[in-house]
Amino acid sequence: MEKLKTFVMGGVHPPENKLAEKQSIIRLDPPDSVAIPLSQHLGVPAKPVVNKGDEVLTGQLIAKGEAFISANIHASVSGKVTKIDAVIDTSGYRKTAILINTVGDNWSNGIDQDESLVTDYDLDPKEITKRIQENGVVGMGGATFPSHVKMMVPKGKKAEYLIINGVECEPCLTADHRLMLEKGEEIMVGISLQMKALGVDKAIIGIEDNKADALEHLGRLAGKYPGISVQGLKVKYPQGAEKQLIKALVNREVPSGKLPIEVGCVVHNVGTSFAVYEALLKNKPLVERVVTVSGTSVKKPGNFMVRIGTPVMALIEAAGGLPEDTGKVINGGPMMGKALNDLQVPVTKGTSGILIFTEAESKRPQELNCIRCARCLTICPMGLEPYLLAQLADKKRLEECEDERIMDCMECGSCLYICPSGKPLLDHIRVGKNRVGKMIRERAG
Amino acid sequence: MSDLLNEITLFSVVSLGAIGGVAAIILFLVAQKFKVIEDPRIDEVENLLPGANCGGCGLAGCRALAEAIVKAESLEGFSCPPGGSDVMQDIAEAMGWAAGESTPMIAVVRCNGTRDLAPPKVRYDSATTCAFAHALFAGEGGCPFGCLGCGDCVLACAFDAMYMDKETGLPVIIDEKCVACAACVKECPRNIIEMRKKGKKDRRIFVSCINEEKGGVARKNCKVACIGCGKCMKECKFDAITLENNLAYIDFEKCTLCRKCPPVCPTNAIHELNFPVRKQKPAETVES
Repeated sequence: MEKLKTFVMGGVHPPENKLAEKQSIIRLDPPDSVAIPLSQHLGVPAKPVVNKGDEVLTGQLIAKGEAFISANIHASVSGKVTKIDAVIDTSGYRKTAILINTVGDNWSNGIDQDESLVTDYDLDPKEITKRIQENGVVGMGGATFPSHVKMMVPKGKKAEYLIINGVECEPCLTADHRLMLEKGEEIMVGISLQMKALGVDKAIIGIEDNKADALEHLGRLAGKYPGISVQGLKVKYPQGAEKQLIKALVNREVPSGKLPIEVGCVVHNVGTSFAVYEALLKNKPLVERVVTVSGTSVKKPGNFMVRIGTPVMALIEAAGGLPEDTGKVINGGPMMGKALNDLQVPVTKGTSGILIFTEAESKRPQELNCIRCARCLTICPMGLEPYLLAQLADKKRLEECEDERIMDCMECGSCLYICPSGKPLLDHIRVGKNRVGKMIRERAG
Repeated sequence: MSDLLNEITLFSVVSLGAIGGVAAIILFLVAQKFKVIEDPRIDEVENLLPGANCGGCGLAGCRALAEAIVKAESLEGFSCPPGGSDVMQDIAEAMGWAAGESTPMIAVVRCNGTRDLAPPKVRYDSATTCAFAHALFAGEGGCPFGCLGCGDCVLACAFDAMYMDKETGLPVIIDEKCVACAACVKECPRNIIEMRKKGKKDRRIFVSCINEEKGGVARKNCKVACIGCGKCMKECKFDAITLENNLAYIDFEKCTLCRKCPPVCPTNAIHELNFPVRKQKPAETVES
């Protein structure tokens, strides 16, 4: 096997705790009712096209993304729209959502629910992008950037590589891992479709070597699909971040404040490739996704294929119920995820995992003084100085924050993880980022 | 020998004196040429200002305010919150202008979601700044408009006029110390604190809630939330109360402090401060 690659600057090695990596994906029945938020993607919230009392079918368009950066939303169950109201979502605030009471499970016409593999297609690049947009596909890695926007290469730029992110560098999460093992062929077809849409002839799938089985499986499949190669990567967090992955795979650096297309790359998650396959060849909009439910105290950690809008509590029940000494329930990975303040929040397109921490695990270390050990500097994958940014942000020295490139911080949490004094560096940097962002917007007018 | 010494001394004194004289003339001419004429009144006005440099007037400090006042040649549109109308009166007298009326203002916390009335549903365990908590979630009590209780406003106050009440988890404003510089208003990420007219005898009536959610939702999280029922609006004879986005607001310019609205509020969201204890029957007369 060829040499494993990785990115150069910084990075940490948190304990992996991939408890659910051997658990096959279990498909859950549609819940009794779903709440489908209108803002499940980056950009402008979608506009509802159904009214209270309407009967909807699974896969029917219920909200339309009208702005350029927005995404369509489809009913994930069949039934009756009970109301369009504000519900608490993963942001911790009430946001508008469409609530549907499930009646049976009737799918819209034209959706192929069969699990058999389809590999033949005759679509031109424009049509692929259009169908991706129609079916509401967004980045499944967690950032939920509308996928069709990434497919449109700006004028004057040229895409050379399609980079597929199968890294799943967050500890505990295994959703992408299982998807790669169980839906490998489908992912490959999805990647071919994406390559065609972008007009590139090279695609690289990056997979960390803690997923040896997925690496081998996809490596074997890649032989059948021209242009697709699989590259093993050394385990290091945050390798799944766009810029770090590009550095590791093709050794190019994305300039500060720029997108990957600047260096001829487009990055998609393996989950997105699977969604693209389903959207184009099965005509199935993005109405379900794989979610890992894990944690040391969870009875049956697992990976579940659930409908969008399912309450988180239903997922926890499927994994054996909420353990008694639960301290925190986290949406996402342990490094970047966010604690939930309500267990009825719906699963959205960006929910990759639900992690349950015990009381002891969720306790923050006592905050001590900074001892100037500079560990946060050495591990910052963006080459920033987290301790300094945190201090400047605290003192509201915003211009200096900007000069120190605070906006380059991707909030990976490595600094907070490594700090021997238990300082919540990232929390302070986030406040600083908010303020600097506001300052920049005000300056722009 | 002594002659030579005298000669040298004399020569030195005369030549140095001459250089000094010429230099003095040059300096004088240059100083005249490049003279910066600063209005002496600026110093005068600055001396009258409190010198706290709090920025409450909206300018960089007391000197900046003095410059602006003298430049504008009037007190129109300027105010010094810590100094109040007394200082403005002094400045007007010194300058020989008519003083504009400046109404004394005071900061008011428009949230009454104490730990008892809006019980916490989750425990917040992160950086203890409101700015951070606001970006993260709706708040321990679940109200997305209410006070987060981390005390950013208290830290912003340069006059020691605020403290966090440990029991309720809400900030308290000390009336005597508040100079209405509005630093806390700017600091609060949720815009809970408002500058209101101090009112006669420090009396004021205000809606102590800024929740714009529907009544039922707001009430679920907090027992004293404004539910937007509009009862107070109907009660008010002076059109001082407006209802917008499920929230009542009392315009302090129009409010006559008649005390009719607080008793009709079903959730006790309207607060009255510094009034004598109410008799059994609400007073019928309009207090002014």
